[in-house]
Amino acid sequence: MLELQEGFKMNNKEILLSIKDLKTYFPIKKGVIKRTVGAVKAVDGINLDIYKGETIALVGESGCGKTTLGKAILNLVKSTNGEVLYNFDGKFQDILKLNQEEMKMARSKMQIIFQDPYSSLNPAFTIFGSLRESLSTYGIKSKQTQRKIISDLLCEVNLSEEALNRYPNEFSGGQRQRIGIARALLINPELIVCDEAVSALDVSIQAQVLKLLEKFKQERNLTYLFITHNLSVVEYFSDRVAVMYLGRIVELCKTEELFSNPLHPYTKALLSAIPVADIDYKKNQIILKGDVPSPVNPPSGCPFHTRCQYVTEQCKKVVPKLININKDNDEQHWVSCHLYK
Amino acid sequence: MEQDLVIKVDNLKTYFYNNNKCNKAVNGVSFEIRKGKTLCVVGESGCGKSATASSIMQLLPELSRIEEGSIQYFKDDKIIELQELEKNGKEMRKIRGKEIAMIFQEPMTALNPVLKVGYQISESLRVHYKISKKEAKKKAIEVLSNMGIALADQRYNEYPHQYSGGMRQRAMIAMAMCCSPQVLIADEPTTALDVTIQAQIFQLMKDLQNQQGMAIMMITHDMAVVSELADDVAVMYMGNIVESGTKEEIFRNPVHPYTVALMNSIPVLGRGKTQNLQPIKGNTPSPYNRPKGCQFEPRCKYATDECKKMPEEILIAKGHKVRCWNYKKVLK
Repeated sequence: MLELQEGFKMNNKEILLSIKDLKTYFPIKKGVIKRTVGAVKAVDGINLDIYKGETIALVGESGCGKTTLGKAILNLVKSTNGEVLYNFDGKFQDILKLNQEEMKMARSKMQIIFQDPYSSLNPAFTIFGSLRESLSTYGIKSKQTQRKIISDLLCEVNLSEEALNRYPNEFSGGQRQRIGIARALLINPELIVCDEAVSALDVSIQAQVLKLLEKFKQERNLTYLFITHNLSVVEYFSDRVAVMYLGRIVELCKTEELFSNPLHPYTKALLSAIPVADIDYKKNQIILKGDVPSPVNPPSGCPFHTRCQYVTEQCKKVVPKLININKDNDEQHWVSCHLYK
Repeated sequence: MEQDLVIKVDNLKTYFYNNNKCNKAVNGVSFEIRKGKTLCVVGESGCGKSATASSIMQLLPELSRIEEGSIQYFKDDKIIELQELEKNGKEMRKIRGKEIAMIFQEPMTALNPVLKVGYQISESLRVHYKISKKEAKKKAIEVLSNMGIALADQRYNEYPHQYSGGMRQRAMIAMAMCCSPQVLIADEPTTALDVTIQAQIFQLMKDLQNQQGMAIMMITHDMAVVSELADDVAVMYMGNIVESGTKEEIFRNPVHPYTVALMNSIPVLGRGKTQNLQPIKGNTPSPYNRPKGCQFEPRCKYATDECKKMPEEILIAKGHKVRCWNYKKVLK
């Protein structure tokens, strides 16, 4: 167990979770005896600190490993290498090394809201049946107390108490997502991983759910890891942004900084590709060529070099390190590109 | 004025029947598609935008039919009433695919998984033109490479699962474009794609439109896509077009409460944290249990007693129509 060290308090902000060189590979098996012939490198060496009380967004295209990273943090998928240090009241513990019983207790601190509100609720259980499970796991066994806690929380997400005895198919997508939020909040967690929490919802419902998440963050001092591909939502909602490409973080900085001064060529292209609902918005469009390479066989050197317009010989051979290019002041701006030294 | 038109839809009503219940999915929709221009139909899921497209293409599922209204297709100097043609009759099949082509939302389900991509493209060429297999193959490879698919002659012999998502959508567009249609109907063509790929597809569609002067009817739920592509916009809600006009009119002077609410409920890039998002209260009503009058009335903050009746379409500026009793209050 690690004691709280001096280095873990930066800019007077306390670190809640620290990811060190995390790698999550999924083996590819072939043949009768299921030999391992390769691996999907979904998360390929990520270092990231999450501070208490912030909203950090993880953005990237499909297949870049953002969901896998979210799940790896909660130990919902087995990681190949690395550490995830969680701050349990000042003491850091690697949650990847916890046994089953310890992990169960650790999960009371961290919860997840899934993307698809249709498949994340069990259709055979009433809402009460689904939601009481997590309370029972953490020691609240009396049905009356459970009912009280759940109905109070449902009220807070603007659902009536009668929702308790209804089944998931009776609710719309937005309502189900609000139930998903209520379930994540039941046991008062500190960290919530929102995996594309608003992507599956209609535009007029998205704003309702975003507002709700914002309200709970302020009331309960939550920390969000907000995984999404929608950059307009990121700009509105998050404090810091990490841009991922093929299992690696390519840029990490404050939200305002990322949108006003993007450095990595991929971030620039990504920002220019987003359509904007404002006809006065001017932008110079960079159209990327080709598709995202397969994570089974990522390109040598910089993973982005196959689509980058500034590509040099160095990019094809050497993997660029994630470095802080803004050393003068506190505003850290990390980027992994050979263009910046 | 009439000469720029390619498609004119007038008071179209398409109903779906299910379990003895009737869903008035499209309930009196009128719009025009102009030559060489892009019309964006925007709305939430279930508002009837896809049903409108299927009505034009005569691709409606069983247990649904066009009840009323007309769909006129202007071919050279003839006017063809599409709703009167037999669904799978000779004439409709001549128009479908050749004159009016469609791109679907999910390319993996729209392409046949057991046939080679190349075969599927050359098939439509061979149906519409009397050309040999060899010629069709040559043309298909040409169209594929025009869509920016590398090594088109090899890709011709591959199956859809060997393509990536963006390439499948390109193949779909190639299939739609190979007969140089007058009208392209695109039903959420990029919703399943990543933004960088989406930008590629939009660029491709714009280029094709400039080269061939075809009209595009683009169906989407995303206001941002509208601002990117549209010349004209039609906002749909629960089976009606609530507001329509040019892109400039709709974005600068939206007058229907739903359009205004929609624009205030989405985060817009470049406005940062300062913007004040205003969610639209409530949910979209069930299609089997609709409000009597204006469909937006239960969620509208301007609602009055008058709204219990369905408002007529009112022309408020050149080409700018709105379906609302209280649009003057919204303007203030």
